[in-house]
Amino acid sequence: MTRALDPVAIGIFVALFALVTVLGFVAAHWRKGDLSQLHEWGLGGRRFGTVVSWFLLGGDLYTAYTFVAVPALLYGVGAMGFFAMPYTILVWPILFMVFPRLWSVCHRKGYVTVADFVRGRFGSRTLALAVAVTGIVATMPYIALQLVGIEVVIAALGVHWTVTLGGFTIDMPLLIAFAILAAYTYSSGLRAPAMIAIVKDILIYGTIIAVIAVIPAELGGFGHIFASVSPAKLTLSGTAPGTTMSAYATLALGSALALLLYPHSVTGILSSSRREVIKRNAIAMPAYSLALGLIALMGFMAVASGVGTMPEYAGGFKAFGPNFAVPALLLHCFPGWAVGIAFAAIAIGALVPAAIMSIASANLFTRNIYKVYFNPYCSDAQESRTAKIVSLIVKAGGLIFIIALPQKYAIVLQLLGGVWIIQTLPAVMLGLYTRWLHPWALLLGWLAGIGTGTWMASTLSFKSATYVLHLFGTAVPCYAAVSALAVNLAVSLIFSLLFNAASRQAGPDETLAEDYV
Amino acid sequence: MADRPRRRLRAYHLLLLVPLAVLWVPFYNRAEPALDGIPFFYWYQMAWIAITVVLTLIVYRLDRRRGSGP
Repeated sequence: MTRALDPVAIGIFVALFALVTVLGFVAAHWRKGDLSQLHEWGLGGRRFGTVVSWFLLGGDLYTAYTFVAVPALLYGVGAMGFFAMPYTILVWPILFMVFPRLWSVCHRKGYVTVADFVRGRFGSRTLALAVAVTGIVATMPYIALQLVGIEVVIAALGVHWTVTLGGFTIDMPLLIAFAILAAYTYSSGLRAPAMIAIVKDILIYGTIIAVIAVIPAELGGFGHIFASVSPAKLTLSGTAPGTTMSAYATLALGSALALLLYPHSVTGILSSSRREVIKRNAIAMPAYSLALGLIALMGFMAVASGVGTMPEYAGGFKAFGPNFAVPALLLHCFPGWAVGIAFAAIAIGALVPAAIMSIASANLFTRNIYKVYFNPYCSDAQESRTAKIVSLIVKAGGLIFIIALPQKYAIVLQLLGGVWIIQTLPAVMLGLYTRWLHPWALLLGWLAGIGTGTWMASTLSFKSATYVLHLFGTAVPCYAAVSALAVNLAVSLIFSLLFNAASRQAGPDETLAEDYV
Repeated sequence: MADRPRRRLRAYHLLLLVPLAVLWVPFYNRAEPALDGIPFFYWYQMAWIAITVVLTLIVYRLDRRRGSGP
């Protein structure tokens, strides 16, 4: 890039980053608990009330990558990118209806992960292992993608500071950001992202209010912004499988069902202090959906502003594609200090979910793999120490991922991650209501779902997840996660009927009906 | 007392409106009527954020009055 460095923007960016670093370490002493216990380190002692949970879940689920990628989709593809709206609208009624049950049973039984629940409910270590491994594998590329958010804003600030190590070019700011993140997550656990999420949100909401107050006026109003987008992109044209209404609806539904099954969602939910907290948050969380909707429209604002053809941003678009649309728009319309705040909001917005994801994966590994298969008699302190170390390994993995492999692999794997994680729905969500489903049938369904979903994505060369189904002679493009989930459910039901009829013994259910309410 | 479970079922049915409204895409896949230059497709979906909050709040209140959850 040829643009000059803006010392004001960089100064504010670095100062805000320093602030959250201090907060990250201070957080260890917040509502102090014994951090050598896994539920203290990995669930914040299950102590977060409505307000903190709201910030934590918001920071956790509306990630920096979302804030960059959703407007990028609108900028590049048009109306299709707006599927994030029905998606994030649907998530909260699901949280409201289903997840208080999960919180109650986990609280009652001391479960730290969703795989703990599956093992307790179905008495099957193997099914629990399948759920745990799916969670970890689906989360890794998600962590890597958070780095893309940081990378884009650092490049947009014009900072070029790289070192070459073993043939790889490493972005030093990225490395420093991640080293800091790893250190405070290690020492403070879930308390760190919870505290930082509050700062991040103040910055994000401030940025959005500024964007809405300033940019549409600069561009001649919303009418003018929408008029500058080609009419074919303003609604779903249906000319390609990816722009059909069925693709839009299934993407929204599948993403909504998948989101709450991710380990980092469950970790956020289980850290609530009371069942009521989850219900109240299901009502209050849509404030973030509104923010996301407004941010999504920044994709069209970028079109209207014409940043895509301005020579000073050509380098950024060449390196990051449509993901550069929002940073370019902000650089174009905002003064230096406001750019510093907005970019810091995006970068810090990447740190919060990255921290929670690594903690959630660490909880899963420690509870459902290490403790079950390697060290059944480990002490609480050993358990907590293992989780801390695993959180470091997971983050290092994400970093290596983004340094050593082209960015598109992270995107493909994140896409597959959604297809995979949704396959744990029958065991987890249906398991909250019934244990009529047989654990071995659930395992077969899980296998069938993952197989079908991966195969569907492979026929699309892993470039998209919109697989065209041929139903009764009509072509219906659907999100592969939803189609694969249908296969999974069918297999789970049929084999449960068979196994139950053959009265094959399932493991004992250690939960009682009253544990769920 | 006897009508308790039925009332509960009804309150929760309200939330089923949400997937119906946002997943039935043919209903809103159009530009008109626009609102202050914003095509229908966009303002309709964003309006459902607010509607969902209100519906969830109603269910929550009914729930609390009865003193039991889902």
